[in-house]
Amino acid sequence: MLHLLRPRRGRPAAGVRGCAPDDRAMGLTAPARGAAAPPNGAAPPFLAATSGNAGGAVTPHVAPPRWRTRALPLCFRPRSGTLAAVATMTDPNDPTPPLLSARGITKAFPGVRALDGVDFDLRAGEIHALMGENGAGKSTLIKVLTGVYRRDAGQVTLDGSNINPRSPQHAQQLGISTVYQEVNLVPALSVAENIYLGRQPSLLGKIRWRKMYALAEAALARLDQYIDVTRPLDSYSIAIQQMVSIARALDVQARVLILDEPTSSLDAHEVQQLFAVIRRLAGTGLGIVFVTHFMDQVYELSHQITVLRNGKLVGSYPTQKLPRLELIARMMGRDLAQVEAMQHEHAAPPQRLESRPLLEASGVGKRGSVKPFDLSVRKGEVVGLAGLLGSGRTEMLRLLFGIDRRDSGTISIDGQPAPLRKPRQAIDRGLGFCPEDRKVAGIVPDLSIRENIILVMQAKRGWLRKIPRRKQEQLADQYIRALNIATPDAEKSIRLLSGGNQQKAILARWLAARPGLLILDEPTRGIDVGAKFEIARLMDSLCKEGMAILFVSSELEEVVRSCHRVAVLRDRQKVGELSGGEISEHRIMDVIAAAPEATGAADGAPAGAATGAPAGAGRGDGGASAGGAA
Amino acid sequence: MSTTTPASPTEAVVTDAGGRATQPRRARFRLSGWTRLLWPAVALALILLFNFIRTPNFFQLDVVNGQLRGYVITILDLGTPVMLLALGMTLVIATGGIDLSVGAVMAITGAVASVLIVRPPDSALSAVNLGGSMTAIFAFSLGIALLCGLWNGVLVALVGIQPIIATLILMVSGRGVAQLITAGQIVNPRDPSFAFLAGGTLFMLPFTITLVAAMALIALVLTRGTALGLFLESVGNNPRASRYSGVNARLVKLLAYVFSGFCAGLAGLIATADIMAADANNTGLYLELDAILAVSIGGTALTGGRFSLAGSLIGALVIQSLTTTLLAQDVQREVDLMIKAGVVIVVCLLQSETFRARLVRAVRRTPA
Repeated sequence: MLHLLRPRRGRPAAGVRGCAPDDRAMGLTAPARGAAAPPNGAAPPFLAATSGNAGGAVTPHVAPPRWRTRALPLCFRPRSGTLAAVATMTDPNDPTPPLLSARGITKAFPGVRALDGVDFDLRAGEIHALMGENGAGKSTLIKVLTGVYRRDAGQVTLDGSNINPRSPQHAQQLGISTVYQEVNLVPALSVAENIYLGRQPSLLGKIRWRKMYALAEAALARLDQYIDVTRPLDSYSIAIQQMVSIARALDVQARVLILDEPTSSLDAHEVQQLFAVIRRLAGTGLGIVFVTHFMDQVYELSHQITVLRNGKLVGSYPTQKLPRLELIARMMGRDLAQVEAMQHEHAAPPQRLESRPLLEASGVGKRGSVKPFDLSVRKGEVVGLAGLLGSGRTEMLRLLFGIDRRDSGTISIDGQPAPLRKPRQAIDRGLGFCPEDRKVAGIVPDLSIRENIILVMQAKRGWLRKIPRRKQEQLADQYIRALNIATPDAEKSIRLLSGGNQQKAILARWLAARPGLLILDEPTRGIDVGAKFEIARLMDSLCKEGMAILFVSSELEEVVRSCHRVAVLRDRQKVGELSGGEISEHRIMDVIAAAPEATGAADGAPAGAATGAPAGAGRGDGGASAGGAA
Repeated sequence: MSTTTPASPTEAVVTDAGGRATQPRRARFRLSGWTRLLWPAVALALILLFNFIRTPNFFQLDVVNGQLRGYVITILDLGTPVMLLALGMTLVIATGGIDLSVGAVMAITGAVASVLIVRPPDSALSAVNLGGSMTAIFAFSLGIALLCGLWNGVLVALVGIQPIIATLILMVSGRGVAQLITAGQIVNPRDPSFAFLAGGTLFMLPFTITLVAAMALIALVLTRGTALGLFLESVGNNPRASRYSGVNARLVKLLAYVFSGFCAGLAGLIATADIMAADANNTGLYLELDAILAVSIGGTALTGGRFSLAGSLIGALVIQSLTTTLLAQDVQREVDLMIKAGVVIVVCLLQSETFRARLVRAVRRTPA
């Protein structure tokens, strides 16, 4: 972190530090150290920016890029209140208009309301973390702000004037730049070409190479990167490539920089390098939006946190006023105070619990999916998996059911080792699996309810031994009645049923096959309260009959109510297990929120999830998948 | 969802508002299955109606040499190759796949049978001597057709190549194989029992019609008498859900392509017997497209899922009766194809629920 020692442009004068109490009075408290301390540990970067401009204490840069002349006054103007605090200290109550402001943003995809009246404010010089589970709408919000999607309703103002970005290019012209999760550059071209691809400085149709190299060097120097810009991009590390993509994004008159999961492929040191650059850019008055899965990074870097859930705004909070536990609770849609006050209704202890597990997984994992975990389920037991969306719950189930092939560990069923390389093998060993996404992986939409119900049973018998039609009808009617599926007719296409009834038909499909262990991935998502209750009751009676159930739900309440044991996941890793009276929403959230080191010690789990540990591949953000699924 | 009654979690017995226990009712017959046949049937009926008005003696039947003759019989007779192909193609398309190789498989099978009958000296199959037994020759040729289907099936189901590419391989190379078999010659198999395939009479009808009826029956028993039909539709409609349910998608797809190969082989024998010549370059040329079209007109979605064998047969008849009609009307060959294209577009559009809804809206909006 050499650059910290170097004199920085716009380093705040002592006077800035002196005015900190006034800031606190204005509610502009500097973030606590250790939480989101600005790089030089002195003052919030936006103060640094303004004072830098006001005082003119600018240390000369390699080549003052074009943007500074435009960007600084712009970020300076809206923050006149702060300036006043610094310079003249008049009217401390004057609310500072945000640099970027979104009001009532709504975006719907067929069947999904990805964003529903979301407000979002970004101030100049602020590092703003956008948090939420997968599917909360983070990516959609970013795509609306950057013109990838057109919003259905709402208003976006940048620097006080309405904007309506039509495309990422247009957004960039307006001053909103984005660096996406994957590095979108051309590895074989030089660094300079990558930065200026499509807008190379040219004269009479000829590229002015030397000018381009100089510009590229200047652009990178802004980020404190001094590298040979004529070398091909792929000769540099991923971290440098990330810097290049930031340089490319910033080379226009950027006022807002959006970073979508910028750290997912960086190691701890590279993350620190990137953070230094981010702080530095914020210090120049850029507003920065930062999306990440890593809680530690949020607390290390950001000043403000906005939480989304199910496409709605939960709230926006200064980082130091939002403890981790509170943040987890909000992301999960719970009110912490309420949770603490709540009397827990627990599942009755299993009645006929055998000591020998029905399913035992040890060290089961898959690279890029879930880190190795141990899990056992006994007959008559309901075991829950709890964690944020995207924490690896579904991936865990997929390994157990043989949808994905594990690359480590062993699974045994009834004491016998089971290879489980495809679902068919799992079914033959008595497993059943209700997938999370009912419409995509559960129902066979054009087939009738009857055909959907008998599908697994028929698959087990093979194609030659057809279940007689009369028997099929009996079975279908029996389950339609037993599970209270609301339909006039078993011959109706299953897609015509409501979500809850579809879910019950899928359950019927598995019950007809009489599995020993039923895996239920979010069986209650998107169905009405009545159907939810019925499914909970069904689970209860099934486990009384001796069936083992592995249950995943995003609604902690349900997990607490139904499960005898709960495995807690965070960042694609099992980080703890709770059982019996220990199970409560508060405890679960505690385990999720605990800093990796702490849980590592407490649970004996490998404490490998240090800050910025490379995350597994394939972690798509839910916002995009919400759109894609539709 | 007007039929959904609010689920009552507290009651064990399902009752409706009146307190009567509701029994799930069962429709007398599968309405959905029949409505799918409606539009192809309407198209066929319209073509026949046109002929009833415009073509003299269209529905007239005469007995010549103990066989019924007439336009209608001709349509059925000439339509057999495409009808056979459409049967196999239906199963393949139900899985979400496609079989472009059927035309080439026809050529191969025709070539094999002809060469085994004529036994020209420089054929690739000159080593095979079946002693002139027609039963053995038919079995051998159809065995080759099954192998062709198996090849496609292995490429699609086991190797995992996209169906359109996997079957394109045999579509292109198959004619080369046929050339090798006939040694580049047009072979003329003169055998009475071979000729019977295309020209024979059974029950006063061309033998081909019996053959198609038998194959249709076999296809029906194969798909609806076993669980194969359910699996085909389930794999085609939602492969992921089928996999999670333990359906053996590989086996199902394999069987579909093998059956398609067999149907193509039979069609190839008929087509060859019809002209008494195995022409590696022209037997079954472009018939794969007619077969796909027939399946499509018959109401089976090219994306897979629900299929209708009867619909595909009607689809094949629509194509053939259109051709015969235009011939009977002395329409120029060049114009003929364009009219055909137009009719096909209309039939396919009428199949689409979305299009019909739009059409109705557009008609309503237009002031009378």
